Amino acid sequence: MTQTQLVRRVLKPAVFLACLVPAGRLLYNALWGSLGVNPLETLTNETGIWTLRLLVATIAITPIRWLTKWNAIITFRRMIGLFAFFYGCVHFFIYFLFDRSLMLDGLWEDIVLRPYITVGFTALALMVPLAITSTKGWIRRLGGQRWNLLHKLVYASAVLGVLHYWWKVKLDVSNPMIYAAIVGVLLGWRLVKAITKRNEARRRSARASAFSEG
Amino acid sequence: MLIKKPADIRESEVTPKDWYLRRREFIRVAGSIAAAAATVAVTPSLLTAAEATQNPNAYRFPDLKKGSPYDTTEKLNSYNDITTYNNFYEFGLDKADPARYAHTLQPRPWSIVVEGECNKPGRYDIEDFTKGIALEERIYRMRCVEAWSMVIPWVGFPLSEAIKKFEPTAKAKYVEFKTLVDFRQMPAQSEPNLQWPYREGLRMDEAMHPLTLMAVGLYGEVLPNQNGAPIRLVVPWKYGFKGIKSIVSMRFVESEPLNTWKQTRASEYGFYANVNPEVDHPRWSQKTERRIGELFRRKTLPFNGYAEHVASLYAGMDLRKFY
Repeated sequence: MTQTQLVRRVLKPAVFLACLVPAGRLLYNALWGSLGVNPLETLTNETGIWTLRLLVATIAITPIRWLTKWNAIITFRRMIGLFAFFYGCVHFFIYFLFDRSLMLDGLWEDIVLRPYITVGFTALALMVPLAITSTKGWIRRLGGQRWNLLHKLVYASAVLGVLHYWWKVKLDVSNPMIYAAIVGVLLGWRLVKAITKRNEARRRSARASAFSEG
Repeated sequence: MLIKKPADIRESEVTPKDWYLRRREFIRVAGSIAAAAATVAVTPSLLTAAEATQNPNAYRFPDLKKGSPYDTTEKLNSYNDITTYNNFYEFGLDKADPARYAHTLQPRPWSIVVEGECNKPGRYDIEDFTKGIALEERIYRMRCVEAWSMVIPWVGFPLSEAIKKFEPTAKAKYVEFKTLVDFRQMPAQSEPNLQWPYREGLRMDEAMHPLTLMAVGLYGEVLPNQNGAPIRLVVPWKYGFKGIKSIVSMRFVESEPLNTWKQTRASEYGFYANVNPEVDHPRWSQKTERRIGELFRRKTLPFNGYAEHVASLYAGMDLRKFY
């Protein structure tokens, strides 16, 4: 088996199944009545935290690829990102159905008045165009550069997701802080790389013009 | 040279026209299927949670006076609900922590220091503190500031009966309570999550109100440690955090005491903490609540449904200011 085959036939299905494990566990526990005293709170919290974890995993792929030089890891990025969107949708739907009884005015009031819901809803809304344009067809239609630019929105989603978690916590923000630190490192790494790249480009063009003048 | 540009959208990706025209119907049907699936998924766990399993080893109070006119007739939450979902930060921040870790608390021997503006201050053993007062059952709603609620059959006595014994003076305008501080008995007190001891307070007329209860048990049995053994406050028209647990001190004072949650974050938690659907927590709405065991939220009632008994205590007060 070549490496491509290994990735496509073994690793990809394995990652797919792994992403389904949290949902499967929640469904199993719901059916067996082991979600605790406040099952809806458990469902909401768990689907929310898995959205954030998978978002973080999505934006960790590129730095890991750079560090390990394992290019095939990029194969998993779309799938993990779409799973983040899936958990985000379930999280939102549980809230909208059980907390807001599918009433749009109640939802709107929350979005306007509650900052943690404003940022949480925005984080999910930003993922909608990304999920839609995640197909090969859409990459072709938009063109690689524009597609890349659009998909930078995932950074905003991750930052807003962490903020949503932070603002919801009653007292102990140590867990949100851990997510904030990880997202900070992943985005900071990109910033540093972008600056280095720009400086290098500048130096190169300066050298090139010096050469042509000489 | 003419290069043929491919169509932006392939024919196969276009939604058929009749599907498109029926899109609203599709969304409705999909929505109700998802709702039904979610309901089916959650309901069994709610039914399981409703089964009461009391502690067979606990002391049961004999001769309890039952059927208080203040009792609610709503469905009781199970013993399991009430004793495994607790906010008691002295044992950890997770609601499952108190049931897991509160076994280190020793509710006997126990004494309560009575001090401040009264004629009979002193250190009272809990048996003396409650001597001569008949215990009764009170079935109250409990509304947490986090917007969930339960119905709990407490065992206790009106706080007013205890207060009368200590003869507060005219200077006693408020009463302040403190929880035990002992990190060997309350391990999470070794972490500075809150400033220990936990403190709470009531205005004298609130403390003397017949609804205000000192609880020593629930479901006819002695209070489990995680619910604030051996003695705790229950003020059913206020948010749950006013119900200070494992009380070791009661002080009569002239000015308003500073309660722990107000001290921790005054913009979010006040001294009065009356249940009020009109005054939101800065971060979330207080208009509705999730009754533990129910699927959908219900409306929160002013003063948690006890307005007819207590609203007059706050006549003329701006409850937005005194939240």
